[in-house]
Amino acid sequence: MTLAIEVHDLKKTFKGKREVRALDGVGFGVEEGTVFGLLGPNGSGKTTAVRVLTTILQADSGTAKVLGYDVQKKAALVRTLIGLAGQYAAVDENLTGRENLQMVGNLNHLPRDVVAKRAVELLAQFNLTDAGDRPLKTYSGGMRRRLDLAAALVARPTVLFLDEPTTGLDPQSRNDLWEVIERLVGGGTTVLLTTQYLEEADRLASQLAVIDHGRVIAEGTPESMKADLGATVLEVSLPSIDDAARTGAILDTLGPHTALVNGTLVEVTVDDGPQAAMTALRALDAEGIAPQTFNLREPSLDDVFLSLTGHRTEEEQADDDVTPKQRRRRRRAKELEQAMPVATGELA
Amino acid sequence: MTTATLQPPAAAPAHPSGPLSNVRWLLSDTVTLTRRNLLAVTRIPEALFFSTVQPIMFVLLFRYVFGGAIHTDATTYVNYLMPGIFVQTVAFGAVSTSIGLAEDLQKGLIERFRALPMSRGAVLLGRTTADLIRNIFVIVVMTVVGLLVGFRPTTGALSYIGAVLLILFFAYALSWGFAIVGLTAPNSETAQVMSFPLIFPLTFISAAFVPLSSMPSWLQGFATYQPFSVTVSACRSLMVGAASTGTGKSTSFWVWQSLAWTVGLLIVFIPLAIRKYRTRT
Repeated sequence: MTLAIEVHDLKKTFKGKREVRALDGVGFGVEEGTVFGLLGPNGSGKTTAVRVLTTILQADSGTAKVLGYDVQKKAALVRTLIGLAGQYAAVDENLTGRENLQMVGNLNHLPRDVVAKRAVELLAQFNLTDAGDRPLKTYSGGMRRRLDLAAALVARPTVLFLDEPTTGLDPQSRNDLWEVIERLVGGGTTVLLTTQYLEEADRLASQLAVIDHGRVIAEGTPESMKADLGATVLEVSLPSIDDAARTGAILDTLGPHTALVNGTLVEVTVDDGPQAAMTALRALDAEGIAPQTFNLREPSLDDVFLSLTGHRTEEEQADDDVTPKQRRRRRRAKELEQAMPVATGELA
Repeated sequence: MTTATLQPPAAAPAHPSGPLSNVRWLLSDTVTLTRRNLLAVTRIPEALFFSTVQPIMFVLLFRYVFGGAIHTDATTYVNYLMPGIFVQTVAFGAVSTSIGLAEDLQKGLIERFRALPMSRGAVLLGRTTADLIRNIFVIVVMTVVGLLVGFRPTTGALSYIGAVLLILFFAYALSWGFAIVGLTAPNSETAQVMSFPLIFPLTFISAAFVPLSSMPSWLQGFATYQPFSVTVSACRSLMVGAASTGTGKSTSFWVWQSLAWTVGLLIVFIPLAIRKYRTRT
């Protein structure tokens, strides 16, 4: 087993009005030719880790190596081996797609004819041939992300860093991008992917690390993590807090973890969704409890966090003073905003 | 997304092995980024149009509205005014260096550049070089405008070109100064807001629009010898003769003053801008 990326005890504190410890001893290894997912909420240190690994930022202590080269001591060499596509689609608005790719090719010091050829290839590969000579101002969000990814591939990097590649995209564009990334990996490129979405990590990565407060709090394959967690979340809302408490007690027995009662909302992770749903409905019916809504959904990063740390991600914690209903509404709004293709089976 | 299979990585370019190839990379990356910045100018023709409309309005304002009330001894007011307008225009234009850099930082482009195996200095050099080239265009336009409203240079073509080179050199130094502003500002809007309080006193407490002798004596020292003013006086001397400055000093005096200021500013601004670029996270 050869490691393409090795990170040991990386620390980085941002000084300023408020000191922020972005990395607090992060460590992980990425095997050559695989996709490694770094999963964590906003502000957990994912982007800082990527910036250190891509030589943009210097860590305070610890070591980081890409293909055996120290990113600090051999920064110039490492830059010739990596590609970076960031969450903010770092492409030039005023240039066309082709000009953007050619600019990156020139800055990689590829020969002129290779640059021109690579631009044509990549535009075709990312379905941008027709839009290739239009300025980026006319591109949709999904097209920009595709071009951003294409720009990261101009010099055929051995190791590719994707920092939240699909954040803010609509489901269709997200799916398109996932397909592209899957093909890339088929070609043998090592990929480090950061994401806030469990679904994305599950689909693309063969190995995962969950990061929180600049530290890795769990590592494993997506399968092992889901097995620990339960594959599906059963979510029931009740007319009263009293009903919710009784429902919680009933649902406790369904999954590997106890049910979470949050006001009038009860959640439990289960392995076999439909089976658990039938069992739950029968039990509720027998108790004379009539749920208001009854949903099966895929577990979110939030659920992973809850089971790993006993707390939800930061953003939710900060909302402690709001009522469960408000919190739920906000979370719904957030989910809609993020336009996640959540598999929500409404059981009538 | 049709055929997305990747060939094994191959084309990774060789790392530069000596100081010679380092310089070659710096030059080629600077050319790449200069081209990119100039392309952006041509892609937003409105911006270029309106950035020349503003100085034209200043010309018309001073030539036809304020000019009648301003008394100049040695030459006509329009001849007195135009060298001031040239320097003012490039000084205001230097603000775009700060806006451009702040925008690149904000949009994450500089992040991408930092992860590329490119020359570190090329981002700042490419930006300032593009602004230099844009200034050449602006001065040509303003010369035509000047001629249309009655500006008549009296000293010959060589002297005029000398003045233009002096303006461009001064503007280049200012660009590096505003690069520091752009690298300090949190975003491009703030970069713009931060730039104008710096440029306004320099352009207006100067010899650009009114004779220095009309100002109170406590202000005359600063207004005469600050870098913007000496460059205006140098250009005025080179374009319409030293007597037009009304200071009794010779052309070479002002030219050396301007060159000394410009070189001095470059010596201070370039290292500061580079340091700011390196440490900005």
